[in-house]
Amino acid sequence: MNWFRYASPATFHPLAGRLIPWFGIAAALLAAIGAWLAFAVAPVDAQQGEVYRIIYIHVPSAWMSMFLYVVMAFWGALALGFGTRLSAMLAQAIAPTGALMTVIALWTGALWGRPTWGTYWAWDARMTSELVLLFLYLGVIALRQAIDDPRRADRACAVLALVGVVNVPIIYFSVRWWNTLHQGASIRASGASMDPTMLAGMLVMTFAFWSYAIAIVLARLRAIVLERERGAAWLAPQVSRTVAEAAR
Amino acid sequence: MSAELTALQPAVPVHDGAWRGLAWAVARDLRLALRSRAELGVQLLFYLIVVALFPLATSPERNLLVTMGPPVLWVAALLASLLSLQRLFAADHADGTLEQIALSPAPLEAVVSGKILAHWLTTGLPVVALVPLTGIAYQLDAESLLVLVAGLLLGTPILSLLGAVGAALTLGLRGGGSLLALLVLPLYVPVLIFGAGAVDATRAGLGAGANLSLLGAGLALAIVGAPFAAAAAVRIALD
Repeated sequence: MNWFRYASPATFHPLAGRLIPWFGIAAALLAAIGAWLAFAVAPVDAQQGEVYRIIYIHVPSAWMSMFLYVVMAFWGALALGFGTRLSAMLAQAIAPTGALMTVIALWTGALWGRPTWGTYWAWDARMTSELVLLFLYLGVIALRQAIDDPRRADRACAVLALVGVVNVPIIYFSVRWWNTLHQGASIRASGASMDPTMLAGMLVMTFAFWSYAIAIVLARLRAIVLERERGAAWLAPQVSRTVAEAAR
Repeated sequence: MSAELTALQPAVPVHDGAWRGLAWAVARDLRLALRSRAELGVQLLFYLIVVALFPLATSPERNLLVTMGPPVLWVAALLASLLSLQRLFAADHADGTLEQIALSPAPLEAVVSGKILAHWLTTGLPVVALVPLTGIAYQLDAESLLVLVAGLLLGTPILSLLGAVGAALTLGLRGGGSLLALLVLPLYVPVLIFGAGAVDATRAGLGAGANLSLLGAGLALAIVGAPFAAAAAVRIALD
């Protein structure tokens, strides 16, 4: 099957429309299962008690914030290298969701820190680099808004995303490189140091966040495609229909 | 150089070698910067005023000054670098010289590297040279001063290199100054952390080797990567 036929906004727009309900339903189901695992199945933590359960939102959102930045940089690189519009539009669609995931990670982290560490914020290595990641996301969004020409904005944001992708390994390895407040990695390639039901709950919630991110990014992508491709021939019937409805 | 010789200098690099392009860019940008010495002086004065602000806002108690000194000097260096970034490409972009440079035989990456080098010589190097003065104002001892100088020598070129990428990305955009700060300051953060951390580690007795090595690594990475990113950004802005 020739996957490249979906590299055009005209063919990807309906495909995205068909995919969104599936990922949305998957996100809802996985979130329900994850919530059940998180609150009903997983045991109470030996040291932190019930408050540790915020991990089921904090860790998935933090993972997604880093993952989405790398994905955005990847599509930006493709847009720079091949000049494809859809890659750049996809990078444009990912940025706000990535920023949201970063905010959720920082916010839930602060809420978790207060009862456990005694402080909402501690300027340790991981939190600081996650905050820097938020600024990088906001910088990409701000740069896109500042540039009027969409094609120039595509390329400029791609360059910026690529320059900032160096930060993501720093966040990931920060707990290993700096011995500061944030706890170390519990999940490594050699196995996890946490209870299996906790791990299962976290992984299910991660897939829930991932499905949600895909669904919402595809929805935003459809809106971006409609906005940027409004002069295209394949959209002419839809545009004239919308104009007629607006005139009524 | 006499006025006649200056007038005879080519307005764009005419040779297609990378090193000659770099040398042309350094010579031209230094000459242009030194023509408006007042502007350079103003930037240095800004740096000194920022450095002077912090002890005025807190108490000039010795322990506080010694703790605050290196971070303040680093942040002031960051802000001074940020302030001067606009003149890296903006003037050339406004009168069309940047486009001619991009069209000339010399590689754009080489010319951009030369511009960045000239920027560092006029912005970063004076900051390093002022450390004996500003460091003593913060009651820093000789060992801290030495580590501070080493850190700034490694770090300020990184600031110029990364700043050039930001300046090229925001060429000709409205909201330029604040947007440039938003884009560039997150990239500056690791430099700040390691630079100030080096002095911190020295005072704690741990030695500055680790932090300075990481700064050196960052400089190596920036020297290799930033000219290409900045040149790509310039080409994007010129389209």
